[in-house]
Amino acid sequence: MSKGLDRRKAILSDPVAQFERAVEIREFENQINALFASGTIRGTTHLCNGQEALAIGLASVLRTDDPVSATYRSHGIALALGITPESAMSEIMGKATGCCGGLGGSMHLCDLELGLLPTSAIIGGGMPIAAGAALAFQVQGNDRVAVAIFGDGATNIGAFHETLNLAAIWKLPVVFICDNNVYAEYSRINLTTPIEDLHIRAESYAMPHFALDGMDIDVVREGIQSAVDRARSGGGPTFIEAKTYRFAGHSRADQALYRPEGELDSWKSRDPLLLLEERAKKSGKITDAQIADMKVRKAKEIEATVALCQNAPEPSAKTMFENIWSRKVSQ
Amino acid sequence: MPAMRVRQAIATAIADEMRTDPTVIVFGEDIAAAEGPFKTTEGLLEEFGPIRVRDTPISEMAFTGAAVGAATMGLKPVIEIMFMEFLGVALDQLVTEGAKMRYLSNGKLSVPMVVRASVGGGLGFGGQHSQTLENWVAATPGLKVLSPSDAQSAYSLLRAAIQDPDPVMFLEPRVTYAERGEVDTNLKMEIGKARVVKPGKDLTIVALGQMTNIAREAAAASSLDIEVIDLCTIVPWDKKTVFESVKKTGRLVVVEEQPQSGGWGSEIVAAVSAEFFGELKSPPIRITCPNVPVPYNGGLEARFLPNATEVNYLIDQLMATGKAPQPWWIREGF
Repeated sequence: MSKGLDRRKAILSDPVAQFERAVEIREFENQINALFASGTIRGTTHLCNGQEALAIGLASVLRTDDPVSATYRSHGIALALGITPESAMSEIMGKATGCCGGLGGSMHLCDLELGLLPTSAIIGGGMPIAAGAALAFQVQGNDRVAVAIFGDGATNIGAFHETLNLAAIWKLPVVFICDNNVYAEYSRINLTTPIEDLHIRAESYAMPHFALDGMDIDVVREGIQSAVDRARSGGGPTFIEAKTYRFAGHSRADQALYRPEGELDSWKSRDPLLLLEERAKKSGKITDAQIADMKVRKAKEIEATVALCQNAPEPSAKTMFENIWSRKVSQ
Repeated sequence: MPAMRVRQAIATAIADEMRTDPTVIVFGEDIAAAEGPFKTTEGLLEEFGPIRVRDTPISEMAFTGAAVGAATMGLKPVIEIMFMEFLGVALDQLVTEGAKMRYLSNGKLSVPMVVRASVGGGLGFGGQHSQTLENWVAATPGLKVLSPSDAQSAYSLLRAAIQDPDPVMFLEPRVTYAERGEVDTNLKMEIGKARVVKPGKDLTIVALGQMTNIAREAAAASSLDIEVIDLCTIVPWDKKTVFESVKKTGRLVVVEEQPQSGGWGSEIVAAVSAEFFGELKSPPIRITCPNVPVPYNGGLEARFLPNATEVNYLIDQLMATGKAPQPWWIREGF
C-alpha cells in the first residue's frame, strides 16, 4: 500500500491519529506562511488554520474512490486525505517531486489515488465538476459518491446555483459542503450575503440541508456520514454548511485587519486543535507527556520536510510541454 | 453512399459512437425529448434512453462542468451548446477547468468530452445568435477546435472528436444543417488534417466551416485555377497541407467568417509569411467580416459575410496589382 493510502487509513477512526494529523496540518501551514513571508516561496497561498476538523472529518468518512473537488485553500484537505507533507510542500515550492510535478503550486494540489481531484482556483469552479463525477457514477451504476467542498463566497456565484439545481433534478450522488469560514476573500459574509445561514439556499432546490459545527470533528463526521450514506444509497444530494472560522487572512498578503475586535479570539477559544486534543486525551490512549512529545516531533518532521523539499530537483523545461493534450502536438 | 442533411450526419455520428462505446452520453438543452432545436440529436433518446440522453436546465455552466467531471470519471460526454454565444457563461468550465485537468493532474486525468455548438450567420438570428467566436477557444492549450463544412466532414470529424481523449470544441455552421451531401460512414477524418476540396495551381484559399462553400463557389466562378483547402481543424491546424499548397501556388488567401481582429486566419498568414517570405508571388491576405456585430437586416447580413463575388473581386485585384486589396467597407469609406 502506498504511503498516502496508509496515511488515509490511519485517520479513519483513531482520535489520537486524527489529533496528530491536525497538529501536522497546523505546523505545515505555519511553515508555509513563514516560507512565503521570507520570500522563499513565490506566488500566493491560502492557509486553512482553524478549518482542520472539517478536513480531517471529511477524509475520515469518505472512501478513497470518492472524489473530492476542493479549492485553492486545500493544503489541509490534501494532508487529511493522505497526501504526504513532502508531496504537498514540494508542490508548493514548485519542485519536480510535488504532486503536480511543480507545475501546479499552492492552489493546485491533486492526488487521484486518494480521491483529490485537481483543486480549483476559481470560486465555485469545482462544483459542476463534482456533479459531473456523480453523474458518471449514476450512469455507471456504482455506489461511489462525489464531494464538492467550497467556501461561503461560492454561494454567491452562478455555478453554485446551477449545480445545486442540476444535482437535485438528476438526484446525483454528490455531497455539497460549504466551509463557511465567515470571510469571502476580504469581505465578511454579512457584507455580501443577506442571510446568515447559507444552507437554507438548498431549500429552494428541494435538497436536504443542515448546518453543523465545523470545529467539532465528531459533529462533522456524523453530519457528512449521513449525507454520504444518503448519496450512496440513491437518495441524492445533500447540502451541508459547516460553520468554521478562518484564523488566517485570505491570502498571504492579507493581515485581515478588517475583523471586528475580539472575533478571532472568540473563535480561537474553540480552536479545533484544542477540541481534538481534549478528545484524544479523553480516549485514554495518550497522556499529556506523550502529547507534548508528539507536538515536538511533528514540528521537527515538518522542519525536516522543508529542508528536504528545498533540496528537491526543479522540473525540467520538457515537463512544461507535457500533459497538455493526450499526445504532444507540435505547434 | 447515403445522402443526408448535415444535421442528420451529426445525429448519425453520435448514434454510431453510442452504439460502439457505452461510455458516450449526450446532454444539453432540449436535446432529448425535443431531439434538439436544430434536430441534430434526432432519434437518440428513443434508441439510447434517458440515462444516456438527457435534457438539462438552461444552465450551461453546470452542464459543461458536469461534462468535465463525468469525463474525468470515465465517461465520454457530448454536450450541445445551442448557440455558440451561450458558451460565454460556461467558458470557465471549458477553458479554465476542463482544458487544464490533464496538466493540473500531472497527466493522470483525461477529459474526453465534446462541446458541440452551432455557429455563424446567414439566418437572421441577429447580433447575439450569429457569431462564430472561434477565437474564444482557439488560444487555449489543451483544447482542440474543429469545424465541419458539409455532411461528410460533420459525420467523420464528429466521430473523431468523440473518440479523442482530449476536450474538443466542435463548431457547427448552423446554415449548413439543412444541406444535403453524400456520407461514407466508413470514411475516417483525422483531427488536425485539412482537406483539399478542390485542387488548383494558381492560388490557395484556406477556409473553414461555411466559408469553405463560399470558397468553392468562388473557385468555380474564377478564371484562375484555385486550390481550396477546408482547414477542418483550427487547433492544431494542418501546417503541412497548407504549406505544401502555398509552396505550389505561391499565393494565399484566407476566407474567414469572423470580424477582422484576432481571427484564426492571422495565424495562417503569419506562419505562411514567415515560412515563404520572398518566395510568395503576392502578399498573403485575409478576407473577413468587418469589425462590427452581425446585423439583423437580411441585406446587411449578406454584406457582412464574405461572399463569392467579393472573394473573386479581391483575388482579381490582388492578381492585377500585386498588392493587398482593400475590403469593401474601406473602399466604400465606412
